[in-house]
Amino acid sequence: MSNKILTQTLREEKSITIRNRALAHKLRKGFNVTFITALTLALLGIFLAPFLFMVFTSLKTQGQISQLGAPIWPAKPTTFDYNGKAIEVYRVPMAKCVGADPSDTSVKELGIVKKGRQQSTFVDPANLVAGEITCSVSWRALDRPWKWSPNWQNYADAWKAIDYPRLMWNTTFYAIMTEIGVLISCTLVAFGFARFRFPGRDFLFIVLITTIFLPGAVTIIPTYAFFQRIGWVGTWLPLIVPAFFANAYDVFLLRQYFMTLPRELDEAAMIDGASPLRVLWSVIIPQSYPALMAVTVFHIVYAWNDYFGPLIYLSTARDKWPISIALTTFNGIYGQRPQLIQAGALMALILPLILFAVAQRFFVQGIVVTGVEK
Amino acid sequence: MFEELSNIRKAVPSLKSFRNLPSLARREFRWGMLFLSPWILGFLAFTFLPILATFFFSFLNLRITDGIFSRPDFVGFANYAQLFKDPQVWSTSTTPGSLWITIRFGLLALPIGIFVPLGIALLMNSPHLKGQNTFRTLFYMPYIVPFVAAIFLWGGMLNSESGWINRTLMYFGVPKENVPLWANDIHWVYPTYIIMGIWGIGNAMLIMLAGLQGVPTELYDAAKVDGASAWQTFWKVTFPMISPVIFYNVVLSVVGLFQYFLVPLVVNSGTGNPGGTTYFYNLYLYKTFFVFQNMAYGATLAWFLFVIILLVTIALFGTAKYWVYYAGESR
Repeated sequence: MSNKILTQTLREEKSITIRNRALAHKLRKGFNVTFITALTLALLGIFLAPFLFMVFTSLKTQGQISQLGAPIWPAKPTTFDYNGKAIEVYRVPMAKCVGADPSDTSVKELGIVKKGRQQSTFVDPANLVAGEITCSVSWRALDRPWKWSPNWQNYADAWKAIDYPRLMWNTTFYAIMTEIGVLISCTLVAFGFARFRFPGRDFLFIVLITTIFLPGAVTIIPTYAFFQRIGWVGTWLPLIVPAFFANAYDVFLLRQYFMTLPRELDEAAMIDGASPLRVLWSVIIPQSYPALMAVTVFHIVYAWNDYFGPLIYLSTARDKWPISIALTTFNGIYGQRPQLIQAGALMALILPLILFAVAQRFFVQGIVVTGVEK
Repeated sequence: MFEELSNIRKAVPSLKSFRNLPSLARREFRWGMLFLSPWILGFLAFTFLPILATFFFSFLNLRITDGIFSRPDFVGFANYAQLFKDPQVWSTSTTPGSLWITIRFGLLALPIGIFVPLGIALLMNSPHLKGQNTFRTLFYMPYIVPFVAAIFLWGGMLNSESGWINRTLMYFGVPKENVPLWANDIHWVYPTYIIMGIWGIGNAMLIMLAGLQGVPTELYDAAKVDGASAWQTFWKVTFPMISPVIFYNVVLSVVGLFQYFLVPLVVNSGTGNPGGTTYFYNLYLYKTFFVFQNMAYGATLAWFLFVIILLVTIALFGTAKYWVYYAGESR
């Protein structure tokens, strides 16, 4: 009997310890989760703060930019209507006002009627019937309350100043034309590397991968001289034509993807008499949409960001400038108007950002394929 | 016709034995080369021949003025003689040379370019992190922001008066006259460039994260059973397993850093300001060719840079056997 009770007690004690341990474990895990997630969130906040800076700055008025002590968010000083006139509002310590209790620590937002160095006259917007109040404060030393007020006009100004539609068209044209070249040439070359066996293929593949590490500086001078010689500098051609000759990154990405596709389907098609081109078109491509999408989105971003190519080949052809080039001149012209620069920067990055929001899974997959498998 | 096909089918059960048939092997070769031809032509036209031409140009005195080429003469090693005593390349007692500027900045930027993405990837890979996918997407996002726009955003953030960074410093009590002038300050211009470049970590971060996710969990379990600390587990398990990914990023970063010049070109207008500290080697190369229009000397600078990068890359590959671990290989 007593034995039974003892066992029972022991069992209960044991279950309590287990429960306590589980609780401690849960708590520790909960703490870790909270700590790690909060840390990551803080880092992300710092990392992405420039976006907020850009949005806020792009919505400020020139007046706010040049005013000391203005808030970091787009705002204008509060005013209020008094006798048909908009008067400015200040934060006034009430102890300094006539007829106030000197121990009064409250601060009220009052409209200023008469500005003075020694004393100023105010009215209380909340209590107009009390009439004008005289306080012995210098109006310059007072803080002003600000209220949220975005100035959308900056976007219209930036739009006009850089001929935004023209730049968007130029950038899009460049992106689309090179995109066509990249998709066609890289698919063909990747198919060649993935599906045919012949002597020298592996050597050529190593050469292809090596070009990823090749410094561009060593090829640019003769290439530029060549394009100069045949009269292509100042046209789109030096930027678009090379895209039709494949590049290592995209060939590698597509080749890795094609290698994962089972060969049985192409072999069956071959035996049915399909030509390799037919196999590529009807068997490989329909199975490869994720990889082709990855190449597409990467290339759009690449073309959108490309600065060096347009800089050297289009610097004399102002009507063909993409947004990246136009934006740098903007900096020189509007150095004193940061709100326009930030509005311009936002208009330059909004399209890639939308593309990323829509297609982010293709970006992530594409990088994982090209990066890890080397 | 049908019989022929079925015979081939019987004789060739797998693609491997296709090669035993000479006519089919030839067919494979022809088709393969046909598909590869865009790249082979492009490689010859835009990579291989230009490399040879760069080498060739470095022995001429070719200039290009407003699109018109001068009549070139063979000058032997005159360009190289000039290169080896060029004060813009080599440091003098008063001014830093562009080569040293490039290396000094690279030594500062390389570890940051590797360890910051690695650190964030480790955070992303933590089992304690909630919402991993959302964080991963958001940390990657700035990577797609156009280069010039990113420079303007960070330029604004780093503005000495209105930028949020200096405002934060002043908020925490740094006196107004002591806050850094960032891009216009000799001591702060490299950190400025590094901060501006930090938005480019997205790619490396994702590659490293994928590497981390590929580490077999059994290895972590085994380390735990053996009583390894978190620090030991990282250096003995995680790091060796992802070392190929790190190596790939190190090589790409080194090649990129030797050619660094677009940021100083845009931020400091390619002037080398403040105080000549941002006159990077590749900036000098770019200006020699595109501004001073000295084609032959530009080619000499380019060829010299190519040789340096090649030697450094070979040296890096030489170190690989001491710290890069390829799980699939039996070495």
